[in-house]
Amino acid sequence: MALLEIDNLSVTFDGEDGPVHAVNDLSLSIDRGQTLGIVGESGSGKSQTAFAVMGLLAPNGRTSGSVRFDGQEILGIGHKGMNQLRARRIAMIFQDPMTSLNPYMRISDQMAEVLTLHKGMSKRDAVAESVRMLDAVRIPAASERIRLYPHEFSGGMRQRVMIAMSLLCRPDLLIADEPTTALDVTVQAQIMELLNDLQREFGMATVLITHDLGVVAGFCERVVVMYGGRVMEKAPVDPLFAQPTHPYTRGLLGAVPRVDDEDAIMTAIPGNPPNMAGAPEGCPFRPRCAYAALDCSVMPPLVSFDGDRARACHRPIAEVAA
Amino acid sequence: MVATTENNVATAQVTKGRSPWADARRRFFRNKAAVFGLLLLVIVTLFALFGGFLAQWSNEELDYNVMGQVAELGGPSIASGHYFGTDDLGRDLFARTVQGTQISLAVGVVGALIAIVVGTLYGATAGYVGGRVDGIMMRLVDILMAIPYMFVLILLLVMYGRSITMLFVGVGLISWMDMSRIVRGQTLSLKGREYVEAARATGVSAPVIILRHIVPNLAGVIIVYATLLVPLMILTESFISFLGLGVQEPLTSLGALIAEGAGTISYGTVWQLAFPLLFFVLTLFGFFFVGDGLRDALDPKDR
Amino acid sequence: MFTYSLKRLAIAIPTLLVLIVVSFMLMHAAPGGPFTSEREIPPDVLANLNAKYGLDQPLWRQILSYVWGIVTQFDFGPSFVYKDRTVNQIIAQGFPITLTYGLISFALAVIVGVSLGVAAAVRHNTWLDYIAVGTSIGAQVLPNFVMAPILVLVFTLWLGWLPGGGWQGPEYWIMPVIALSTSFMASIARITRSSMLEVLTSNHIRTARAKGLPERRVILRHALKPAMLPVISYLGPAFVAMITGSVVVDIYFSTGGIGKAFVDSALNRDYAVMMGVTILVGALTIFFNLVVDILYGWIDPKIRY
Repeated sequence: MALLEIDNLSVTFDGEDGPVHAVNDLSLSIDRGQTLGIVGESGSGKSQTAFAVMGLLAPNGRTSGSVRFDGQEILGIGHKGMNQLRARRIAMIFQDPMTSLNPYMRISDQMAEVLTLHKGMSKRDAVAESVRMLDAVRIPAASERIRLYPHEFSGGMRQRVMIAMSLLCRPDLLIADEPTTALDVTVQAQIMELLNDLQREFGMATVLITHDLGVVAGFCERVVVMYGGRVMEKAPVDPLFAQPTHPYTRGLLGAVPRVDDEDAIMTAIPGNPPNMAGAPEGCPFRPRCAYAALDCSVMPPLVSFDGDRARACHRPIAEVAA
Repeated sequence: MVATTENNVATAQVTKGRSPWADARRRFFRNKAAVFGLLLLVIVTLFALFGGFLAQWSNEELDYNVMGQVAELGGPSIASGHYFGTDDLGRDLFARTVQGTQISLAVGVVGALIAIVVGTLYGATAGYVGGRVDGIMMRLVDILMAIPYMFVLILLLVMYGRSITMLFVGVGLISWMDMSRIVRGQTLSLKGREYVEAARATGVSAPVIILRHIVPNLAGVIIVYATLLVPLMILTESFISFLGLGVQEPLTSLGALIAEGAGTISYGTVWQLAFPLLFFVLTLFGFFFVGDGLRDALDPKDR
Repeated sequence: MFTYSLKRLAIAIPTLLVLIVVSFMLMHAAPGGPFTSEREIPPDVLANLNAKYGLDQPLWRQILSYVWGIVTQFDFGPSFVYKDRTVNQIIAQGFPITLTYGLISFALAVIVGVSLGVAAAVRHNTWLDYIAVGTSIGAQVLPNFVMAPILVLVFTLWLGWLPGGGWQGPEYWIMPVIALSTSFMASIARITRSSMLEVLTSNHIRTARAKGLPERRVILRHALKPAMLPVISYLGPAFVAMITGSVVVDIYFSTGGIGKAFVDSALNRDYAVMMGVTILVGALTIFFNLVVDILYGWIDPKIRY
């Protein structure tokens, strides 16, 4: 049985000018210990998917479909129900480490409260355990620095604190929402390396949400490519990079700079990501797609092929992946 | 901020080619409280401007029929021509309320104007010049903010005579500090904009840049705070008049009328309190609602 | 934290001195002087009076001795109107009364205002929110001088429940406290509500929820502190406005606080008492702002340095 199983998840926001469809009919699953990447541009619905799983959507957000964690339905069970799972079994780290920590509390208090609450530890034990976890994320002089406030740390160090805090209860699933986007490039590499090591050490399943295909290639076993709130393509990492079968995935790969091939031409996808207001109709990528045809005004179903791959496109594989 | 952009994708609205002012107007008129407030202000203004034509009595005339028996005979009545009744001396309360509303509105608007002009120039100068001058100017504001103005204002009114001009100026001069802080903050952020840099690079002098490039771009903020300042000015004036230290007879203001009405309620002449109070409350509500509506319309992120 | 507090104190003291000197100069520059009245005073009597009150000295000496008297002995000098009473005696009579109902009103406004604001924000867009917003908008147009006569009308004249004025026991405190605190309660509730709503959408609150903290703890431990910052910066101006409002309370309810002394002295042109009250109120304000600054620094670790 899969650890997390999402079926036909839709997320809609009540906007001032009518509903906004952030996620449409999304299905995916992840097994224990697996690493899954969700890739897409901003506005593709990847972060909202994560928030829906965590029950952290903005108050004007509505969901439908099903999200099962370890066999238990968790969609719409509210803060009370989710609090049994959050931090204990599902943890999340966020995009912006500058604002995601509470600026008015010492790191020690922010970390220790997770353990005193979920594990019933004494404050003293909880702080000691927190220091051990800060050591594990390689924060130097952790036993002293745990008494500091977030603004006394650099961005990369704050993200390390966030990671340490999320792992305190040894969760089964870690959702990392663009964990390196707000950081300097050199720091990004360090954080991804750290996440990689920790994933191996703790063995938790990890969902990595990112717009950076390079990060996915180095970290994930499987990839889901999203666009306009829908899944475009699902595949294991290697075949996806070797032979992308969806026009959008091909576009994304064309936009990644390659170090190994200096002659390779970097191509940007023309146009802008879609405006998600209004009812979805047809394939969302259609306006920017070089292969678009008349039948693309109807959303193509997600069709499996090659065993563990799937794509949502009307064009034949041979035509696109040539 | 990066994190929130994605989060707000759903609530962000795509506005297509509307001018910011047209957009603000649309938001303002969608806001029911703001439109209601505007309606109140129109009513109160019409009352202040044209109410005098409806009055059967002047505001100074004494009605000898009701003198001495105000509680029994001086109540509101169409027959006697005293729509709002009479005051304790037998003067027509309708005419006096019209006059009080005029004075209160005038003090509010003039006081707010003074506060806005002084505050804007001071804040824009401090923000534009920056550095040490800014530091000293804003420190001075800090010090002035710690002074109990009302006491100082009353001190001034007593020492230099209670003229209505003094009241106008005094009320305005104690309220410019908040304005100057807001304007300074906005100016700091405008200062780095390209068009200001461009003006500076072509050798335009500082006062011209402040007046031609900075102040017009502060229009939204200034309008909002001006609207919210007017009721505060009216409150201040009413407070002073309530203590008997404000406008003097035969002039009157809503605060002075409320004071009179409050002083006589034990004689059973409730109307003497009720009518001035009604117009006072309507005026304040009107300005507060319109001010809030303008703030939401002109500065939608601040909600 | 300690150096931060010292720095704030270093600003407070010169502010107070500026206040004293400026009000003294204002008094000195006032047309007519304290003893010009309707009655003609013979020149020799006037000279005597001026000598008694030190008005024949050069201005800088007058200021110096006035400031010196205040700083060393807390002495505001004699009253200009009541020959046998000092400013200190007049203030000492009313101050405890003002302090009593002032502190109760202030505490009530803060406690009720903050609770109402938090409740409205947490139950955003429910009937509780609407009621809280409605009452706080309504109370905004009910300043002390409007509340006072309305309260007397209802509770004294119509219902006969409460005494309409005086200062003899706790039942005399009720109406002054309500009249003084209502509009501030409303403002505090409004500020708390909007800042709480903003804090609740911030990223660190999302983190706190992701940590599986119960909603109660999210609000009280994580959201309340930052939400209090705008409220705390409002407390300074609110304090000043409340002291000012106490003047109305003293006049309307005959409570006998320093507001009464101030208005009487204003009507008598008793400059010494007016200045004494103004400076006392200024000192209280400056002291209170100091407390607010320190409180601010205690909550926000970023501005302590």
